[in-house]
Amino acid sequence: MLDKNGIAKRIAKEIRNGYYVNLGIGIPTLVANYIPDHIEVVLQSENGLLGMGPFPFEGEEDADLINAGKQTITTLPGSSIFDSAMSFGMIRSQKIDLTILGAMEVSENGDIANWKIPGKMVKGMGGAMDLVASAKNIIVAMQHVNKAGESKLLPACTLPLTGVRCIKKIVTEMAVLDVLPEGGFKLIERAPGVSVELIHQSTLGKLYADENVPEMQLD
Amino acid sequence: MINKVVSGAAEAIRDIADGSTVMLGGFGLCGIPENCISALVSKGVKDLTCISNNAGVDDFGIGLMLHRHQVKKMIASYVGENAEFERQLLSGELEVELIPQGTLATRCLAAGYGMPAIFTPAGVGTEVAEGKEVRNFNGKDYLMEYAFDADFAIVKAWKGDTAGNLIYRSTSRNFNPVMAMAGRITIAEVEELVPAGALDPDQVHTPGVYVHRIFQGSGYEKRIEQRTVRPKN
Repeated sequence: MLDKNGIAKRIAKEIRNGYYVNLGIGIPTLVANYIPDHIEVVLQSENGLLGMGPFPFEGEEDADLINAGKQTITTLPGSSIFDSAMSFGMIRSQKIDLTILGAMEVSENGDIANWKIPGKMVKGMGGAMDLVASAKNIIVAMQHVNKAGESKLLPACTLPLTGVRCIKKIVTEMAVLDVLPEGGFKLIERAPGVSVELIHQSTLGKLYADENVPEMQLD
Repeated sequence: MINKVVSGAAEAIRDIADGSTVMLGGFGLCGIPENCISALVSKGVKDLTCISNNAGVDDFGIGLMLHRHQVKKMIASYVGENAEFERQLLSGELEVELIPQGTLATRCLAAGYGMPAIFTPAGVGTEVAEGKEVRNFNGKDYLMEYAFDADFAIVKAWKGDTAGNLIYRSTSRNFNPVMAMAGRITIAEVEELVPAGALDPDQVHTPGVYVHRIFQGSGYEKRIEQRTVRPKN
């Protein structure tokens, strides 16, 4: 079973040289820590920055320079700054190669829910609806099951949707899965030590698995 | 050059009245018009419809106005940092319209560009789409979203001149340029106000034509929401 950093590490392997990438809040943010040195990527922060750098050194924080998670950050050589409309303009026009974001639920036809629990939690969708509606490539980083042990990979989402038929790949603490164009989750890899049987038990949506499902290679 | 300078925040917001629709720039607490928010709190104006990406935190930014129940309706994309907001929303005291962040920005842009509406795929198939016109272009569905119509837009810039030209600094730019374009009356507070001619025209982000009132603010707190650092070695 992977921890959050393990999920981030596995997702980092999906990033190709020259990608412009938008990382959501939570596990996706951790992905930046595992991008190998020989891969050059430009991280977009949708509050208006391309070329997001690491956290500033202690004492060098700049209140005017934050990422979409409101964390103090730095720029890098080649960074650029722009307004929110242009930021979503480049997202909508698919200039961003890859979006990585978290989810509360994903359905077997690629619907995603991650912004609201009616009557309990209302944080808002932020930029998630724009990102999932436009991105050409989206990877979801999420827990396979909730705290009660219930599957978050479902036949249909129960929570209000963020986007429809948009998710193609999911990485959880147990597995890497593709969402098939005709519907259903396809098990691609399993986390070290996790059995196909356990993944079946933890997936409420339709799950397809070949006879031999390879373990993830994390290093 | 037309002189847009007013004495300060109180004069700048003098005609913002109960029931006004007010846009406020900023992302989180970054680039928010701190001086004007304080003036709105002092004035006690109420029943406002506020359009802003976020709603501040409990004791800063728009949170200060929420705390005094000055806001009737909030239009925002993300309000997760404000417990008082969530409480008022779930108890029904506050009317809220949550809209996708790109839609929020582009509805401002449309207003500033003189376009009545935009088409965006954000929210198609979700509750955001309820009651909205859907159009299909090249095989993909888009929602029609209207340009905002705000009585006032209040923005924060780094530098401005007496003609109302604005330059923003770093990511405190965010929503400020598009909101500056979108208000019927736009108020800009700046950290440094300079005479017309002191800014390089090539470097201006918001042309003065969009700005009706400008003043040099003071006492900026610039609170940091998430102070993340790495150790110096």
